[in-house]
Amino acid sequence: MNILYLLIPVGVLFLGAAIWLFIWSVRDGQYEDLEGPAHRILMDDDDPKIPGNEKKAKDKDTS
Amino acid sequence: MTNCYHCDLPVPPGSDYKVHIDNENRSMCCPGCQAVAQAIVDNGLTNFYQFRTEKSQNPQQALDGVLESLSLYDKPELQKDFVKTDEGKSHQASLILEGIVCAACVWLNERHVMSLSGVSEFRINYSTRRAIVKWDDSKIHLSQILKAITDIGYIAHPFDPGRQEKVQKKERSKALRRLAVAGLGAMQVMMLAVALYAGESQGMDAGIQHFMRWVSLLICIPVIFYSSSVFFKSAWRDLKRSQLGMDVPVSLAIGAAFLSSVWATVTDTGAVYFDSVTMFTFFLLSGRYLEMMARHRAGQAAEELIRLLPVTATRITNGDEVVVSAAELQIDDIVKIKPGETVPADGVIIEGSSSVDESLLTGESIPVLHLVGSKLIGGSVNVESPVLMRISHVGEDTVLSSIVRLLDRAQTEKPRLSQIADRVAGWFVGAILLMASLVAIYWWKHDPDNAFWITLSVLVVTCPCALSLATPAALVAATGHLTRKGLLTTRGHALETLAKATHIIFDKTGTLTYGRLECQQVISLNGESKESLLGIAAAVEKNSEHPIAKAIIDAATEIKKSKQALAVTGQGIQAVVDGKRYRVGKPDFVTELNGQMVKHDSLQQQQSVVVLGDESNMLALFILNDVVRENAKDAVAAIHTMGLSVSLLSGDQEAVVDAVAGQLNIKHAYASMLPEQKLQHIQALQQKGEVVVMVGDGVNDAPVLAAAQVSIAMGEGSQIAHASADMVLLSEQLPHIVDGIKMSRRTLTVIKQNLGWALSYNLLALPLAAMGLIAPWMAAIGMSISSLVVVINAIRLTND
Repeated sequence: MNILYLLIPVGVLFLGAAIWLFIWSVRDGQYEDLEGPAHRILMDDDDPKIPGNEKKAKDKDTS
Repeated sequence: MTNCYHCDLPVPPGSDYKVHIDNENRSMCCPGCQAVAQAIVDNGLTNFYQFRTEKSQNPQQALDGVLESLSLYDKPELQKDFVKTDEGKSHQASLILEGIVCAACVWLNERHVMSLSGVSEFRINYSTRRAIVKWDDSKIHLSQILKAITDIGYIAHPFDPGRQEKVQKKERSKALRRLAVAGLGAMQVMMLAVALYAGESQGMDAGIQHFMRWVSLLICIPVIFYSSSVFFKSAWRDLKRSQLGMDVPVSLAIGAAFLSSVWATVTDTGAVYFDSVTMFTFFLLSGRYLEMMARHRAGQAAEELIRLLPVTATRITNGDEVVVSAAELQIDDIVKIKPGETVPADGVIIEGSSSVDESLLTGESIPVLHLVGSKLIGGSVNVESPVLMRISHVGEDTVLSSIVRLLDRAQTEKPRLSQIADRVAGWFVGAILLMASLVAIYWWKHDPDNAFWITLSVLVVTCPCALSLATPAALVAATGHLTRKGLLTTRGHALETLAKATHIIFDKTGTLTYGRLECQQVISLNGESKESLLGIAAAVEKNSEHPIAKAIIDAATEIKKSKQALAVTGQGIQAVVDGKRYRVGKPDFVTELNGQMVKHDSLQQQQSVVVLGDESNMLALFILNDVVRENAKDAVAAIHTMGLSVSLLSGDQEAVVDAVAGQLNIKHAYASMLPEQKLQHIQALQQKGEVVVMVGDGVNDAPVLAAAQVSIAMGEGSQIAHASADMVLLSEQLPHIVDGIKMSRRTLTVIKQNLGWALSYNLLALPLAAMGLIAPWMAAIGMSISSLVVVINAIRLTND
């Protein structure tokens, strides 16, 4: 069971990493709007990439 | 009948507004929708119509009078309040957006504004409906950005996010970080704790056990010193003021359990409670985080209150019209108020006459006629025709400001029911401390070796975890459930108090009624069909902006064409339809045309009656009323059966108030009440010992809402009403108030059960621990189970 002396400290390091990541995401403002991104991803602008729609996309750029 | 493709309102018969969208011609109800839809199509944003999940708002009301005032936002003196500039080039402003109904609106606005050259960033927060825009002032001006938003049917107001909002944002992110540290720490410690518990029975290697305890201690340190520091700080504040709040026993429990665990780890004796400490901290912090979020949401509503006064006004200087900021207005300035505009300050009319909608301030549902010399109140809306006004009061002296001051006073004078948990906590903590010291003294004399451990186990076993979770767990479960139903609780005490309510008071306009006129009855005087009479009346009324006109037009199925329209303010309107001259308006006004008198019972009932007549005869009567909400009667009946008294307080005329009260079986109805009188009425009831719930929507209700023990504002009500209310009825469904009262009563029962359970557990465990009979592992399990029981009992509230 001596491996625990290594694995538990590794676990603690992961914990530290998780906390650091979370704090970074809070500072980044990712928790300011919890609803928006869920909707936004559905309306992502993939329309011009669909074959046959390229012309429309070009019109948009020039307008 | 077809509905408008853009806003889903019915398309008026005979109109022809069409836009080509997705290879089809779609019908629009008005030029406003047509222009907006065309702008959306022209900008290549047609996808909006596929993405949206709600119909858009009709832009018509929005467009009037907004456009010309936009350029004012480019003035540097006005911009200094809300625009931030860095290095001269990039400007940044915060905007409040109106008209956002679904995620597609956010997409549409972001795409449209980002396509403007010079705009470097435009982000909308979906939850708060606020946006941040960054632009380069050498390429584009703020007014152009605002105009672009108006083009696609939304309204943006720049605003100053202010210091308070920054503080709140900081507070939120701090609380979230604390929560994360406690939550992640609790998970890790719990994992080790399971191993330690299992190891106890299966014979764990002493070295590994010791190691695991040290690791748990290490993880626990940030949870205690970072996450729990809020409890320690607030407990210290309480002690300095020599009070015993709930944070004192919480800190005591966390502190004692942590210190005893540290002692046990260092000396390698006794038991550790790191798992309980971290879990407990995490649960409590989650409850507080949810409470804080609700409080902040309420605060935001309060900040938007300032929007009630228009930012701009049209001042007449030496005969020229100049658009100025409303803040610049001085006493004796002369301003022009166009139809649809809000009156910028208090004043007296010097030229023209018009009907003015004062419903927000007085509760009167029908616009009031004002002639030369009569007073206008800032914040009311001009409906009919342009007037010139000389300003008599500005800023602090206006009626609106005095209502705000009344509101402030009412809020401070509000009687509060002290919260059960805090009351219990006070003497409970005292008792625990007393017991612990008695136990310590006793064991010190009889068995000094074990005295420290027994005293600690008394403190740990009596840890008021369950006691302090009892109330917040129940409140969080109940408010969450009610919010999903459409009743938002913005202040924590509201539910506890609502359960004890004895008297519920409703406002009339906008609360029990929809707050808009509807044509209720058509009485034909010449035998002609009601439809054709309505058609003629609607054709005449098409030339007016008055709410009565709107009601008649809405009721008509077919509208004819009219010409030579002539409106007489406050009297009625005359027009030629199919070659005949008609008048619609007050009886006297129609009599002038045909010399006939109207004889009908309904004229005596003081309802709003409008007469239609031609040159020789009276043709029809239209009875208009502010319609009572659909479920209002059921809701009032349900409230009666629950044993509450119901009253109606309104600023409206007696006849109208009595009619509504009669319809809804409300016995106590009071008409023509000013905000001060409403306030006195409530305070008189409170002095009799009644617990009063007030339901209202307007500015005039705000002080009364603040004074009532529990106040509920309607979702579509004014922002000031929201700000002073404890709950907001977002669903606008009056029966949800009944659900709210039922839920609050159940919540109170659950709180009492929880407190009862927590107290009896602690009282049972205390003597056993004092006698030294409780092993440390029993104390730990007991602590966890009692907290779990409390939380599970609270979760019961979420099922119906």
